[in-house]
Amino acid sequence: MAKHRGRGMAAINYPIGMNLGGDPSQALVHSNPSGKFTVALSSIDLGQGMKSVTRQICAETLGVPVEDVYVDTADSDTGPHCMGSFASRGTHRVGNAVMAAAREARGVMMEAAAEELEVNASDLETDGRGNIHVKGAPHRSIAVKDVAIAAQFKQGKTISGRGIFLVPLSEVDPETGEMSPATCYAHACLVAEIEVDDETGEVAMVRMDSAYELGRALNPKLVEQQLVGGAWMGVSHALYETPEPYYPDPSHGPRDFNEYVMPGPGDICPHDIAVLERPAPDGPFGGKGPGEMCANPVLPAVANAIFNAIGVRINDLPITPEKVLRALKAQGGARPQARR
Amino acid sequence: MLEFRKEYFADERDENLNEIGKPTQRQDMVGHVTGTTTYFDDHKLAGLLHLKVLRSPHHHARIRGIDTGAAERAPGVRRVIRGADVPRNLNTLLSLLNFGKDDEPTLAVDKVRYKGEPVVAVVAHSEREAFEALAQIRVDYEPLPAVFDVEEALKAGAPVVNETYPKNSFEYHGRYDHQKLRFGDVERAFAEADHGLEERYQMSPIEHAPTETNGCVAAPETNGRYVVYTCAQGLFFSLDTCAKILDVPSNKLHFVGGTVGGGFGGKVDSLTEPLAILGAMLTGRPVRYVLGREEEMQFGSPRGAERIYVKDAVMRDGRITARKVTSYFDSGAYTRLSSYAVIKCAAHIPGPYTIPNVHADVYCVYTNRVPATAMRGFGVTAVDFAIECQMDKLAHLVGIDPMEFRILNAYRDGDMKAHRREAKNTALIECVQVAAEKAKWPIREEFRRMSSRAGGGGARAAVPHTPGTPAGGARPPAPQRTTYDRPPQPAQAPIFEPQKPSPSPPSPRQPTPAPATTQHGAARFSSVFGTRRR
Amino acid sequence: MSKTPVQFRHNGVDVAVFVDGGANLLTAIREGVGDTAPKFGCGQGTCGVCTVLIDGEPHLSCITLAEAVAGRSVETADGLKNGPDLHPLQRAFMEHFAAQCGFCTPGMLMAAKALLDKNPAPSRAEVVEAIGGNICRCTGYEPIINAVLAAASAGPGRQRA
Repeated sequence: MAKHRGRGMAAINYPIGMNLGGDPSQALVHSNPSGKFTVALSSIDLGQGMKSVTRQICAETLGVPVEDVYVDTADSDTGPHCMGSFASRGTHRVGNAVMAAAREARGVMMEAAAEELEVNASDLETDGRGNIHVKGAPHRSIAVKDVAIAAQFKQGKTISGRGIFLVPLSEVDPETGEMSPATCYAHACLVAEIEVDDETGEVAMVRMDSAYELGRALNPKLVEQQLVGGAWMGVSHALYETPEPYYPDPSHGPRDFNEYVMPGPGDICPHDIAVLERPAPDGPFGGKGPGEMCANPVLPAVANAIFNAIGVRINDLPITPEKVLRALKAQGGARPQARR
Repeated sequence: MLEFRKEYFADERDENLNEIGKPTQRQDMVGHVTGTTTYFDDHKLAGLLHLKVLRSPHHHARIRGIDTGAAERAPGVRRVIRGADVPRNLNTLLSLLNFGKDDEPTLAVDKVRYKGEPVVAVVAHSEREAFEALAQIRVDYEPLPAVFDVEEALKAGAPVVNETYPKNSFEYHGRYDHQKLRFGDVERAFAEADHGLEERYQMSPIEHAPTETNGCVAAPETNGRYVVYTCAQGLFFSLDTCAKILDVPSNKLHFVGGTVGGGFGGKVDSLTEPLAILGAMLTGRPVRYVLGREEEMQFGSPRGAERIYVKDAVMRDGRITARKVTSYFDSGAYTRLSSYAVIKCAAHIPGPYTIPNVHADVYCVYTNRVPATAMRGFGVTAVDFAIECQMDKLAHLVGIDPMEFRILNAYRDGDMKAHRREAKNTALIECVQVAAEKAKWPIREEFRRMSSRAGGGGARAAVPHTPGTPAGGARPPAPQRTTYDRPPQPAQAPIFEPQKPSPSPPSPRQPTPAPATTQHGAARFSSVFGTRRR
Repeated sequence: MSKTPVQFRHNGVDVAVFVDGGANLLTAIREGVGDTAPKFGCGQGTCGVCTVLIDGEPHLSCITLAEAVAGRSVETADGLKNGPDLHPLQRAFMEHFAAQCGFCTPGMLMAAKALLDKNPAPSRAEVVEAIGGNICRCTGYEPIINAVLAAASAGPGRQRA
């Protein structure tokens, strides 16, 4: 009886957004009289960081500091329509809508500033720190706060903007499946190293190395959160989880977290990640969406690593100790493959 | 550990940005660490009532009778809700996109089609009183044969799970029991290949297991409206679903959410909102309906299982010349979103590779289990598992390093994909190269030099001759109306009520019934298939 | 249903609430006291999102009888900060981006606090052990472990008055 190490890899791509009936999202952006902006959405933050990433997108587009933007979501009375948070669509679809709304609001803000500075709006630029100045003449400057006050109390302008991003419906051909299912794709390749105990059938994660391409990383810490957490979920799907352990037999369903097994903090392994950024031409600042695809390469990489370690192919998920032991028994023991 | 490899695609990026690309703290982080982030269940409402449902103990059974008399008299009970009390007790989630037929009741009336299907709801002063009342409800079931295996379900003579789809499969384009993908001539490629490999893969069902279970609190608001605090993943998706089921104009509902304790796809189905709002309508009080953990695990919709057959043709030099996939999505007893996952899956085949001949048939199959729904990677995770295990086996078969084998077959800019769109903005090759480097997995120099931006297009951009398909393909009929502009319709009669309705149910539409012509006002949605079904 | 009075110390303040017979501490804190920092995740004692400290020891409030804390001291994540000053664990969780949806965070923080109060310099294995009963579905645990270790190494600031 022994422990066997093995390595396996997998490469994947992932479509961003859904396209079944058209895929729209809307956003509204407005300033208060102090030059602080609110983004009103009906989009959902499930923890993936919707509020945070749209906040950065809005601040970048307006040309104001991120602290001057607050994202308010979700209230159906104040937030305009959004399909929802799924299909990796949030960053891309909602981000684009926020950009459009922020662009419109920025247009009014620049007009109001131009009126105060008595120049053409096209001669102005933002400094990203809360000021607007004449291009090439930073001393001819006005604070966004003062622009907002002037717009509200003197000029009678609303510094606000509306935005929608719509990916129109793509029809699906019944005969060939021809369609436009998504606008852009994220990519990944992951190497998993595992150790199989051929006495217990247990598979332990040893380490993971990966490369993810997800368009521009709009916030590297939020990207890291998704990739680290998502890869953990991939391990969980590969080795642990199911509500129907003897599928399609529906019996033996778990009822609590003692029976529904997931890897705990003691079951995780080091994971070295490289992020590549090939901007999506139609994404907000080139962003795609890392939320879903990050788990996907882990499942096959682990299965392939198990083959490398003990020479058995297990085609049914999850790869539980029971399945490993049954496969080893059928094969007559472990047959480690050439080390990689 | 995370590093950025800025040298890749540097010429495609503008790095001169103020806020984008910065590791800015999350807007919600202070709330998270101080425990002040407000989730749906953290709103305080006076006079809160609790709703619980009685679920079917059978996988498949006819309901011969329901006796709720004792439950209605039980202490603390304010209201017992039956299927007949639900204004439109039949819906399918994607009817908002005019995709598919209404096939799922909010409360079962004539039949239960999965173990755990809601049959009766009780609204009581406390959860405990609601549970105690549920225990006093008597349902007379006639168990029916059930089917659990997707391929068994498709055989002639299999028990009919869901009468809306009597062949146990979703109907595509009004004529097929599956979605097709056809690109080139796979049979010819198989005949000419050096090697073939056919394998069967099985993705298990998976529970989303968010730490916050599904739930909502609905309460009467001023002016005849109802406010709903919810964990829905699509705020308007849920609002519009409820407006349809409850037959009220959408502006009678005010949904508040957006701060959710994890979703992963499991909070798309409006599992609790329609009944909670109905409870609030029928009692005039705030009603809380939150799934317990066992309910969430057993009866909250899981990621559906998928069975996938992959057959590949490969040449000695490592080129894959054909890939044929037959895939079965286990939708459970109702459609929910699986019909859409099938489309997404078909579009994803054959994975991120340029293969000149591709053929896929993808089925959405009904079985007597909990309806499946979306989950992280919906429609793709399982087929990626199958394809990437298959890739490993093919590489082994032809004796090529698996990294190099991926790069050799990877799609590149300008290639034609099987769903007949040009590949753009690709980066698979670079991901493989960098992962190999990080893992100290040696690949040969020629493979280290390859690029997604070179070598694609040309002959690889062609749509091959595809036997059996009309040139240009048949186009579906023109888009038609959706739930967003549904026509006037009389209140729907329950499908089948085997027993007298519960005594004196006040009209659930008391707060001013909708003028049937009320429109949502949102953009009209159109359907992939154009067949209007309501 | 008849109600039973229960008095206990909640984050340093004496409180009294009326609970139903058999009510759990989580309900008493959330509905009686009005502190919604501890969350309901399972009601079975298997997920840890309801973790509170009772006399300094971590407990699962969803399976603790409310009446059992009569006269004792209960701490929740709502009491972690000192006025506007965040507890070192809270600061470390922020710095390490150790929360996504945030639902497990209040329980996770209390499990970590129970550890650091007893063991100011824990090993990684001890941190893993301490948070092993707390489920997080988002982060993959790594940033949480790192945050707890960082809070520990932040040293004396950890002990607040």
